Amino acid sequence: MTIRSTLFGPVFEDNPVLLQVLGVCSALAITNSLYTSLIMGVSLTAVCTFSNGVISALRHIIPSSLRIIIQMTVIATGVVVVDQVLQAFAPDAARTLSVFIGLIVTNCIVLGRAEAFAAKNSVGMSLLDGIGNGLGYTAVLVAVGTIRELFGAGTLLGVTIWPTATDGGLFVPNQLMLLPPSAFFIIGFFIWGLRAWKREQMEAPEYNEVKVRPEQQPDLVGKNAS
Amino acid sequence: MTELFDIFLRAILIENLALSFFLGMCTFLAVSKEVRTTIGLGIAVIVVETISVPLNNLIYVFFLKPGALSWAGLPDLNMSYLGLISYISVIAAMVQILEMFLKKFAPPLYASLGIFLPLLTVNCAILGASLFMVQRDYTFIESTVYGFGVGTGWAIAIVALAGLREKMRYSEAPGGLEGLGLTFITVGIMSLAFLGISGIEL
Repeated sequence: MTIRSTLFGPVFEDNPVLLQVLGVCSALAITNSLYTSLIMGVSLTAVCTFSNGVISALRHIIPSSLRIIIQMTVIATGVVVVDQVLQAFAPDAARTLSVFIGLIVTNCIVLGRAEAFAAKNSVGMSLLDGIGNGLGYTAVLVAVGTIRELFGAGTLLGVTIWPTATDGGLFVPNQLMLLPPSAFFIIGFFIWGLRAWKREQMEAPEYNEVKVRPEQQPDLVGKNAS
Repeated sequence: MTELFDIFLRAILIENLALSFFLGMCTFLAVSKEVRTTIGLGIAVIVVETISVPLNNLIYVFFLKPGALSWAGLPDLNMSYLGLISYISVIAAMVQILEMFLKKFAPPLYASLGIFLPLLTVNCAILGASLFMVQRDYTFIESTVYGFGVGTGWAIAIVALAGLREKMRYSEAPGGLEGLGLTFITVGIMSLAFLGISGIEL
């Protein structure tokens, strides 16, 4: 386990959203503009790094039967801090994201990493793992947010990239992109693309196709004849 | 009475937590392979929602709301920043109790829910319902109805998805799309259908 694989592995090889299906809720709900996606990505990275660091530092003290509750408390503390900071310095974003900042508490990425990585590894590696998983999550959010804002409104971070037809330009925005279901399609296609590129991430089919070759078929005719 | 029915119907159809707000998606996508399991999970979610939302409402009204501690002689105190920690603790405790209860009285259901019962703690649909309850300032009765409504809505959505996935099990999807990718696209189409319902004005 190297620093490089801990930090960048979660971005492509083991992406928390696309491969492990963790933290999908917020990836779908708030990605209709790039700005909210970025804020959400940064918030989650901060919480994940913080909680990974604290839990890793406490890993020899926490009794295993109580660990989930303690981990939840640590995570919730981190989220409260992020929430208060956002309300103080970015009130607009805090209003747009409404309950979704609070829902970082129940984001499976944070608890998942705390449980799977931070509870077993040193503080330094856990911090890197937190940053790496935050980056993997942010990468997906930013990609989805870019597509949705660009095709849905013709803007990026509020700056007009393609002037829309109503403003005298040529671009007719696709309203579907601003509606939440589009995020499902985009992430669905991302998963398809990623699995077509990295074949080993494909799921095993739920059933096994039984192929019967002609020469293996029982020789019923011959038996009947004898 | 009509207002309560309004909240109930709105929570199930128009503001369906799974298909309109995308809460509880991790479980929604991961456990929706069989209708049987999802019915058990749906019931567990309904129970936890119906108890935890009104309980959190009491905590909010009597402890956390700005000025809520006036009964203790502290009218200037605003404890609402402690909301998240209190709600999640209530939910964690609730899930723990439910787990012990099921283990004792309904072992088959307990066995079929397996790991997903403790995971209800980190199901965002459950915390999300409490947060929406606070945001919309529901009363105790309203929050009970709301909790029951969102639980039912979520249960209906996951059972419906499991039904679709059972039907699609033997369909031939392109290689990389099989499984997760196809589920995402199915849920996208379901959610589009639910958008149609959201035009209803109550």
